Amino acid sequence: MSTQLESDAPPLAGDTTEMTYREAVNAALADEMASDPRVYLLGEDVANDGGVFKTNVGLPEAFPGRVTNTPICENTFIGMALGMSITGLRPVIEVMFSDFLPTAADAIIEELPKFRFMTGGQCSVPVTVRSIGGGTGRFGTQHSATGESWFIAFPGLIVASAGTPGGAYAVLRAAIRHEDPVLFFEHKGLYARKGPVRRSDDAVARVGQGTVLRSGSDVTIVATLLMADRALQAAEELAGEGIAVEVIDPQWLRPFDLPLVASSLERTGRLVVVEEQVHAGGWGATLISNLTLAGATFEAPPLVVGLPDDVLIPYSPSLEDAIIPSVGQIADTVRLLS
Amino acid sequence: VTATVETRISWYRRMLEIRLFEEKVQELFMEGLVQGTTHLCQGQEAVSVGAISTLRDDDYMTITYRGHGHALMRGVPMEACFAELMGRSSGCCKGVGGSMHFTDLDKGLLGAFAIVGAGLPVALGAAYSAKLQGSDRVALTFCGDGATNIGTFHEALNIAAAWKVGIVFIVENNLYGEYTPLRETTPLDDLAERAKAYAIPGVIVDGQDVDAVHAAVATAVARGRAGDGPSLLEMKTYRFRGHSRTDPGKYRPEGELDRWRERDPIVLLGAELASTGTLSADAQSAMRDEVQGLVDSTADRAKEGPVPTMEEVRSYVYAA
Repeated sequence: MSTQLESDAPPLAGDTTEMTYREAVNAALADEMASDPRVYLLGEDVANDGGVFKTNVGLPEAFPGRVTNTPICENTFIGMALGMSITGLRPVIEVMFSDFLPTAADAIIEELPKFRFMTGGQCSVPVTVRSIGGGTGRFGTQHSATGESWFIAFPGLIVASAGTPGGAYAVLRAAIRHEDPVLFFEHKGLYARKGPVRRSDDAVARVGQGTVLRSGSDVTIVATLLMADRALQAAEELAGEGIAVEVIDPQWLRPFDLPLVASSLERTGRLVVVEEQVHAGGWGATLISNLTLAGATFEAPPLVVGLPDDVLIPYSPSLEDAIIPSVGQIADTVRLLS
Repeated sequence: VTATVETRISWYRRMLEIRLFEEKVQELFMEGLVQGTTHLCQGQEAVSVGAISTLRDDDYMTITYRGHGHALMRGVPMEACFAELMGRSSGCCKGVGGSMHFTDLDKGLLGAFAIVGAGLPVALGAAYSAKLQGSDRVALTFCGDGATNIGTFHEALNIAAAWKVGIVFIVENNLYGEYTPLRETTPLDDLAERAKAYAIPGVIVDGQDVDAVHAAVATAVARGRAGDGPSLLEMKTYRFRGHSRTDPGKYRPEGELDRWRERDPIVLLGAELASTGTLSADAQSAMRDEVQGLVDSTADRAKEGPVPTMEEVRSYVYAA
């Protein structure tokens, strides 16, 4: 039901340029909307002034009628996306804060991933839900979760994220092109971060393929979103001390690129998981479990840097800073293994 | 809108098909060929037949876990329905979905949902999709009285009204949300009143009268097709059986079921067809026998369907 339509848009084969994570998201949306007229954006305030996080600047003007503000009712507008996706469109939904995802848990857990299955494979469900999460913004307890692991336990759903501008462009485009429902997590603390982005059709990511952000032979760090960015800074710092850190951004949390991490671990023997979430029930815990089940050899027990288990994210700025893993904390943890 | 004689005879037959299908499901349950749970619709047939007969082939609809009648009326083959109930890969959902998920996308039947209220946003999305693509297709979405207390009902009515989407919301008010009488959970007797909150037409319809259902839904469908937006129709109806297979319906006051049986939609239409000389009692009886034969032989054929393999079922999880 969802074959790629002919499009007037020429193939994109741009060079690598520096852009912000926000611009990379914007470019991915624009390029997919240009290449496929079935792509529509919906969400709260998405068409107003570029959207709350300015990721949609220029899109309503470039694609009239294809960027629509919804009422505040996540469960219903994500359920609508299912109806749109099985009748010829490829909706992209923006969820303003990941903390709002639980209001749409029925659509995300019960409907999107189950629909194709329980109808005996009658259709595909090409829906992308972009969800903006993460701390450091002083947004308080109900606007700061990454939410990245809340939905990794559901067959039928794809869960993705990106810790760099280049990743955001490549993964978001892949998500929109994918035939199955994808939940794509962005981090609002990264929007202003700059990095190289290859704006090209052949830069589109492969679903399930993680990426090595920095190569190293001493310790493997696996980190997502803002933590990937901080892990890279920590790796730079540690390089000055002669510690070579490999930093992996898995990007896809379901399916997870276990072979990529396993082969890195074979070389380094040491693993640090850095996650902006509690460890219980997250991709980090699942990764360590799956490596263990696969017989991976750890030269030292793996270490985890994450959110504390006994407190929630507070507003008070110095306290928020204190609980979200810092570059220094990540570096110190790696030093314990070296 | 006055239906032709032929049309009304066909409605009578379609209601009989649904009734005898549901009775057969009960039998197959006792034989162990249908397992788990079923939510049967005996007593509510006029809603399915009257409403769905207003649609074009390219229109959309979503239904609920009490959806056998709607699926049959939409033209899902009876054998595929029986086979689905028996978990066979010849079923309309390859035996994966079972009783609560009768779906046939080729017929515009965009899903049957086992979560109360879940079908409304999906139907709304389909109708909105039609609008975006410049089509005048409409969507019907069926829900029960219980669904009018869940968020998606209100959220979907709100968006449909705000954006003038071509959708018809049909509430089958059978007086009970599962085992609980409506009045214990809801401050209204007439759920059509809820339309006022969304500035759309709200119409109370005798859900036992197939002509009345057809006329009301036809008006609402025409309104949606013309781009004038949604309607909320409340069908006053009754299920003759309990909520689901294990429910004997003992919470119903004495005499209530008998009173509603007097308003059996098949009996009502049958009496009228007989009194006007359109279809005699003998002809009705012959038709019943014929439909019973069809139901029995179709169920027998469905029993021969293959059970799906785990490999088959696994391939339905992801499209890519």
